[in-house]
Amino acid sequence: MNNNPELYAVEMENIVVRFPGVLANDHVNLTLKKGEIHALLGENGAGKSTLMNTLAGLYRPTSGTIKVFGQRVDFGSPGNAIEKGIGMVHQHFMLVPTQTVTENILLGLKEPRFFMNLTKYDQEILELAEQYGLRVDPAAKIWQLSVGEQQRVEILKTLYRGANILILDEPTAVLAPQEIDEFMKNMRLMVDSGKSIIFISHKLHEVNEVADRVTVLRKGVVTAEGVSMEGLSKRDLAELMVGRTVVFAVKKKPQQPGEVVLSVKDVFAENNKGVTALKGVSLDVRSGEILGMAGVSGNGQSELAEVITGLRECSGSISVNGQEMANKPPITAIKSGVSHVPEDRTHVGSAPTMSITENTIMKCYRIPPVGSRLSIDFDSAEKLAIELKDEYDILAPSVKTEARKLSGGNLQKVILAREISSDPQLMIAVQPTRGLDVGAIESIQSLLLEQREQGTAILLVSEELEELMALSDRIAVIYEGEIMGIVNADEADVDEIGLMMTGAHAEDLV
Amino acid sequence: MPRVSIEKRVEDVPRWMPAATSIFAVVAAFVIVGIILRLMGGEPFTVARFFWDATFGSWATFSDTLVKATPLTLVGLACTVAFTMRLWNIGAEGQFYMGAFFASLVVLIPIVPPESPRILVILIMVVMGLIGGALWGFVPGVLKARFNVNEIITTLMLNYIAILWNNFWIFNTWSDAGFQMTPTFEKSAWLPRLSDLARQYPFFSGMTLHGGFVIALIATVIVWWVLKYSKWGYEIKLIGDNKEAARYAGINIARNIILVFMFSGALAGLAGMIEISGVVHRLQERISPGYGFTGIIIAWLAKLNPFAVVLVSILFGALIVAGREIQPSGLASLIQGIVLFMVISSEFFLRYQIKFVREEEPGIEEVRTA
Amino acid sequence: MNFEIILHSGLATGTVLLFATIGEIFAERSGILNLGVEGMMLLGAMAGFATSLAVGNPWIGLAAAMIAGGILSLAHGLVTIHLQADQVVSGLALTFLGTGLALVLGEGLTGQNPPLIPSFDIPGLASIPFIGPIFFQDHSLLVYIGLIFTPLAWYYIYKTRPGMHLRAVGEKPEAADTLGINVYGLRYFYVFVGGCLAGLAGAAISLSISPGWYSAQTTSGQGWIAIGLVIFAQWNPLTAALGAYGFGALRRGILDLQGPPTLLGFTNPLYVNSNYGFFLQMTPYILTIIAVIIGSRAATRQRLGAPAALGEPYIRGERGL
Repeated sequence: MNNNPELYAVEMENIVVRFPGVLANDHVNLTLKKGEIHALLGENGAGKSTLMNTLAGLYRPTSGTIKVFGQRVDFGSPGNAIEKGIGMVHQHFMLVPTQTVTENILLGLKEPRFFMNLTKYDQEILELAEQYGLRVDPAAKIWQLSVGEQQRVEILKTLYRGANILILDEPTAVLAPQEIDEFMKNMRLMVDSGKSIIFISHKLHEVNEVADRVTVLRKGVVTAEGVSMEGLSKRDLAELMVGRTVVFAVKKKPQQPGEVVLSVKDVFAENNKGVTALKGVSLDVRSGEILGMAGVSGNGQSELAEVITGLRECSGSISVNGQEMANKPPITAIKSGVSHVPEDRTHVGSAPTMSITENTIMKCYRIPPVGSRLSIDFDSAEKLAIELKDEYDILAPSVKTEARKLSGGNLQKVILAREISSDPQLMIAVQPTRGLDVGAIESIQSLLLEQREQGTAILLVSEELEELMALSDRIAVIYEGEIMGIVNADEADVDEIGLMMTGAHAEDLV
Repeated sequence: MPRVSIEKRVEDVPRWMPAATSIFAVVAAFVIVGIILRLMGGEPFTVARFFWDATFGSWATFSDTLVKATPLTLVGLACTVAFTMRLWNIGAEGQFYMGAFFASLVVLIPIVPPESPRILVILIMVVMGLIGGALWGFVPGVLKARFNVNEIITTLMLNYIAILWNNFWIFNTWSDAGFQMTPTFEKSAWLPRLSDLARQYPFFSGMTLHGGFVIALIATVIVWWVLKYSKWGYEIKLIGDNKEAARYAGINIARNIILVFMFSGALAGLAGMIEISGVVHRLQERISPGYGFTGIIIAWLAKLNPFAVVLVSILFGALIVAGREIQPSGLASLIQGIVLFMVISSEFFLRYQIKFVREEEPGIEEVRTA
Repeated sequence: MNFEIILHSGLATGTVLLFATIGEIFAERSGILNLGVEGMMLLGAMAGFATSLAVGNPWIGLAAAMIAGGILSLAHGLVTIHLQADQVVSGLALTFLGTGLALVLGEGLTGQNPPLIPSFDIPGLASIPFIGPIFFQDHSLLVYIGLIFTPLAWYYIYKTRPGMHLRAVGEKPEAADTLGINVYGLRYFYVFVGGCLAGLAGAAISLSISPGWYSAQTTSGQGWIAIGLVIFAQWNPLTAALGAYGFGALRRGILDLQGPPTLLGFTNPLYVNSNYGFFLQMTPYILTIIAVIIGSRAATRQRLGAPAALGEPYIRGERGL
């Protein structure tokens, strides 16, 4: 197939990976040239992570061949892949929180064999880090590090093991725009010193910026293989990803917001580590408006959503329609018409082994028609669930199906249906479209806009700036627990917001 | 050449499977015990025949079996309620003893004069039994709710403490002429038995099946209704499935930990009261041959279904009746251990299925779920 | 109330708890909760006793005890690691199994006198004032082994590579797995180690510290106390030793309270009425509850606590077994 095997670092041919009920990779081909940055593009669920996990030795392909530097390989475990010089940085970091940077990097290695003299290795790692511009303190424990720093540790792990081929899975998902620039520079540095990189992304503009060639996956199948980036527009890429002409803008009707529904004043709160996560946050949300909250994950958004919905303690004032909410239990918020679409749909937003019906009534089981004084009318509950299932186009065998069997998009629809059906005054939606495919994303964005038209006040927390720009009336930016500024979405400037996301105050930018 | 592959289940488990795994577990355990018996020089089939005769062979022996099944049902229900919320109540034994103790106080203090009508005495004993058990459930409940203390250890320790507490009062204050038990209670404290009707219906002579069995059945229906239809039952199930989701849904977790522990303890305490009033008719040192621990196995085997608890309790009641004659004494514990091991091993097949996969299949096999 | 005797006794009886506790620490550090300690201890006690009786050699008895505990714990391992069953229920099943086996196979052992593990002084060290008589005089060999074993266990867990891997497997098995560490294998190994040590603890009772076989009374709940001590010790062998020895000393001290006619000038109620002794017997169990409360509060305060992956089966992605 290839005349010059030395040109290619990796060649994957006809890879098939099959899981129970799912064909994740369907005869996929991918090649990585030595010294290039190759982007693997596709929407959520397209099979990108699966393909790369296979290259990294975590899965065995059902069929197909892999060659590394011209040599046929068959990885039985991640250790084999590491031996061949392949290093993977996963989307969800594989770091032991209670151990130090150095310990994490040394994990699984043969040296030192028994006695751990860490100071010597601390020094080694410090030097390696400086070589590639990845600043980190080797003696720090992982739980003390920021997400960006943790990512550097993950990269150092692979470099320390002599990786020549790096696989980066959604590396910029956790970085602010300016950090992303630094990260791109580091990628170039590594490539210039002889490494080859595959990076997985679903963000078109990044792929546009830095990739040499791109391979696009859609529903497990390759729709573009190793295509050079020259001459490809974002529109072309999007079509390859999704298969139809993608409309980027969801239609938002201009409207006048009404009275203030949510008023947050001077709120301070700690996170689970005991560190201050919110430092004097103040904001208002009016009925019929969407206030978007921009910011890199981990800057206090989760904590803000939690103090408003009663899941976390705080000092300061939080009022909904004039009623004080701060430090009251979640039931108070629920009874006051506050809906919450939580960040974690499986561990917080739903009960995995309970049916769709049982999940649907999670907020309304106390009141008629579903709830009476002592008991629950399950006929009524089922009726409601079926109604919502049809209305929101939820794909599932029946309302008796367990929640954990649903796909991400459908589960999110169940949650959204539940939260909307209570006719809320205020809705707190945290990362509602994270991890979903384009079709589901569009549905959910439309639902949010519909609620806005009906007069609900919505606080929308999202990592996707484009989404915030399209849906919000105003955008607030949070950085290290402080609101850096609140701007009107129409007048907003991406660079300005990006700067605020990394610590600049709005006033300083004028 | 087909290859065996073990894959996670995607579709729902067929409805008959959970019951089938439990039945399989029991059968497998019996087979294993039979093998052990043979290895030790016994005769498994003779033992099996004897087992049947001793437990279900006649109405009289069946009555004995049901007598043993009564406290087991209540303790099984106690564990079912707690386990539904993933609260590991290993303290049913201690709650049983405290229920027995509190119920006995009605006679020992006495709380009502011994000449009082039987229905009054028994009613108050029931209430006291529930209180005693609930109290002994309250302690680990509050420790877990407030301090997140592991309830397995606290409930276990409380078992030992309850037995010692009981011993003190039996040996010291209310001893019957220096023996390790109180004097027999008057008839007004006895639950009615079938043999009470022997003069009218000679068929019932010698049958010790007592009113406690009825109480146990009523409790079964109540527990079933609470878990299946009540709002509280929904909350208990939700907390057990996903504590964080329950909190998010506005449910007060701490309060429910305490209440459910008290509910569970009360049921076990009721079992204790029933053994006192229906069987031994006095407070003594050994009232329970480990009912509290058997209850754990019963609940698990019954897959936390209250009606199944009754059936399984009858089975285990039979084991106890037959085991009275069979040596050695540790055999009961051994059988229980094997049964439980078989149950949890077989649960594997509820989550995974074995498939025969042919290599090199042409074309695409399955369609992805949306 | 002789403090020297109390502390000496504490060291002796505490050694039993020490082995069981540190064994469980190893298992839990790898992520597997093993509640079957009581069953494994009882089985070890019986196996050690019976083997020593049959063979005439207490050392072989000890070995048999360790093997018995280890093999039993492997059943728990198989069920929880590969079959992914609930670890709490499996541990309870193990307790029933171990206890049942011990009682069934141990029929007729009561009253027998097999050769025991010897006790002796350590010359030289036994003469040190204060410490000498407590630590180095007239103790079973197992006590001395325990004293050395504790710091070794601590060093192993915190300062060596295998210890680092152990901790990683219990905190974040995914991280260990992606770096080529055999998570399943290590968990089996440490569950086995825990079982061996529990068996050793049992044999320590029947062949040394409180020699004899008394059916279920041989261990009388010490296995459960050990599990509680793991929480109190916050999974650290040094604090485990502290807890174990302290526990032993407290028990002896409280027992000695029954002797003297007067206590602090007041009539000793225990001297008058021996039935009050039942309340004394409650103390180990009450102490365990207190120990667990202390441990839980410390964990909440310092945001530390159990190994993060404790009690959860590890499943690698969607790969088959």
